[in-house]
Amino acid sequence: MTTATSAAARAPFDRTLLLVMPAAAFMLLLFIYPFIYGLLLSFNPKNGGALANYTHFFTTDNLWPTIWTTLKLALPATLINVGLALPIAYKMRNKSRYQRWVTTILVVPITLGTVLIAEGMLIYFGPKGWLSQFLQLIHLYTGPIRLTHNFWGVLISLVISGFPFAFLLILSYITGIDPVLARAASTLGADPKAQFRHIYLPLLAPGLAMCFCLAFVQAYSVFPSAVLLGSPAGPTRVISIAAYEAAFEQYDYSLASAIAMIMGFVQLIIVAAVLGLRNLWYRGPVSGGKG
Amino acid sequence: MGATAKPMNTAGSWFDRAWRGLLLGTMTLFVINIGLIIAAVATSSFARRWLGTWLPDGWTTTWYTEAWREFQLGSILWVTVEVVFAVVLLALLIGVPAAYTLARRDFFGKRLLMLLFLLPLMVPPITYGIPMATVLYKLQLAGTIYGVILANLVPAAPFVILVMTPFIEQIDPNLESAARVFGASTARMFWHVLVPLLAPGILAASLLVLVRTIALFELTFLTAGSDSQTLVVALYYAVFAAGVRAPQSVDAMAMVYMLVTLTWLLIALRFVNPTQLVSRVKEHPQPAT
Repeated sequence: MTTATSAAARAPFDRTLLLVMPAAAFMLLLFIYPFIYGLLLSFNPKNGGALANYTHFFTTDNLWPTIWTTLKLALPATLINVGLALPIAYKMRNKSRYQRWVTTILVVPITLGTVLIAEGMLIYFGPKGWLSQFLQLIHLYTGPIRLTHNFWGVLISLVISGFPFAFLLILSYITGIDPVLARAASTLGADPKAQFRHIYLPLLAPGLAMCFCLAFVQAYSVFPSAVLLGSPAGPTRVISIAAYEAAFEQYDYSLASAIAMIMGFVQLIIVAAVLGLRNLWYRGPVSGGKG
Repeated sequence: MGATAKPMNTAGSWFDRAWRGLLLGTMTLFVINIGLIIAAVATSSFARRWLGTWLPDGWTTTWYTEAWREFQLGSILWVTVEVVFAVVLLALLIGVPAAYTLARRDFFGKRLLMLLFLLPLMVPPITYGIPMATVLYKLQLAGTIYGVILANLVPAAPFVILVMTPFIEQIDPNLESAARVFGASTARMFWHVLVPLLAPGILAASLLVLVRTIALFELTFLTAGSDSQTLVVALYYAVFAAGVRAPQSVDAMAMVYMLVTLTWLLIALRFVNPTQLVSRVKEHPQPAT
């Protein structure tokens, strides 16, 4: 096993492969097995035929609309997060004194946690909160501010908690693109807009798609903020609330698994659509080269 | 600033200036509002009574002592520490060797294996959390600290693998061959050559897993019992059962949570340059030529 060639010639089995086994076994045991178990369980309802859970989901008025409720929250939140993060990260792409500071400040919201954001928004946007007092002070707006216990409250909290993540990811993708490429383009007469459009954007497309997917997963599985900041019985009754209620309030694990499977399925459709869109837009090597 | 400093044409300059202003404005507004949201919680956690005025009537620290006593914050923090460090350690233990194999060898089913490690990060935690919790309850592991650790390991281990694989790819395989030539066994080679070289990557990965695990709500929420709650979950229950407890003591607890995560994140940012970390975790890392 001294060199690769002799190893290939002599050893029929590469022992290095054993190193991947614990991780693979763990994932099979705690990710794939429960998944299959849940899938089978979802076809084995408490009462009714094999598809009873799924027909129940799509015919019950407080279950199937949760898909749209979730998408209506998660898609705009993801679009805002990625859409805001892209230009700001693009501005910060060059190494400078500010880069580290701005990055640190923008990353701080990751540490807040849903509960602190929820509590803070309830106080800050509340009827006697600082925002409403400030708006009254400058006579801009004197009516009540309705930014909590509804759709907007959950959306804002998703942006606060999701933006730093999207920003970090996009920043790291952008700084992975060799600035020499843009400089070469500028010697050929490309203005910054053209550089962005024809150099950065195509090279960034795979990273953007990945970032969109990861940010979407985060927003899509919104649970605590939908309960704390939204109205979990009404306009922000997202699909994860429905799944949780089925599992831990009605103790119907079969129905809960079915809802979880539907949730995963919808998620995968969106991810597949985004990745497909990326392929339409750009084909080629992923890496822009970093030295 | 080489590329943008050269003025190519002046026609778009007002547009550029407006765009830059808009960006700066949005960013400032975002940061200021978040700052005020944090300040609101902080003020409330120190407030004696705060009803509709700019600042509370008086200041007090009793909410912190009360939160410490009432929520048994001490034991919750201890559980959090136990869970987080167990998860980091186990994730490194199974993740780093796996990342090594994925970085160095090409074998049948490698793409499938990569997909297996990518899926837990792409599927919403609730989706696999509910079936996983069901299985863990069957095994009577849920509700105990072991169940919580196992559940948190599911996204943590793949995360370590995804972060470490590009790190290992950067290390020259000749170093390993040299160690082999001098007769080092795989284990010795690992400890004396690879681990020291990988130390920065391992540190980065473990700090990121640590921050992620402290903040991961759903999986702990689904598997924790009353004495195995981590700080996030305890915090959620404290708000959810609101009315019983004074909101100020919940605020005090939220501040404690923020300080804990913030400390670790700042430590992480000292060692990990965020602009250099994730860019290595591309979908198809280019092979070193």
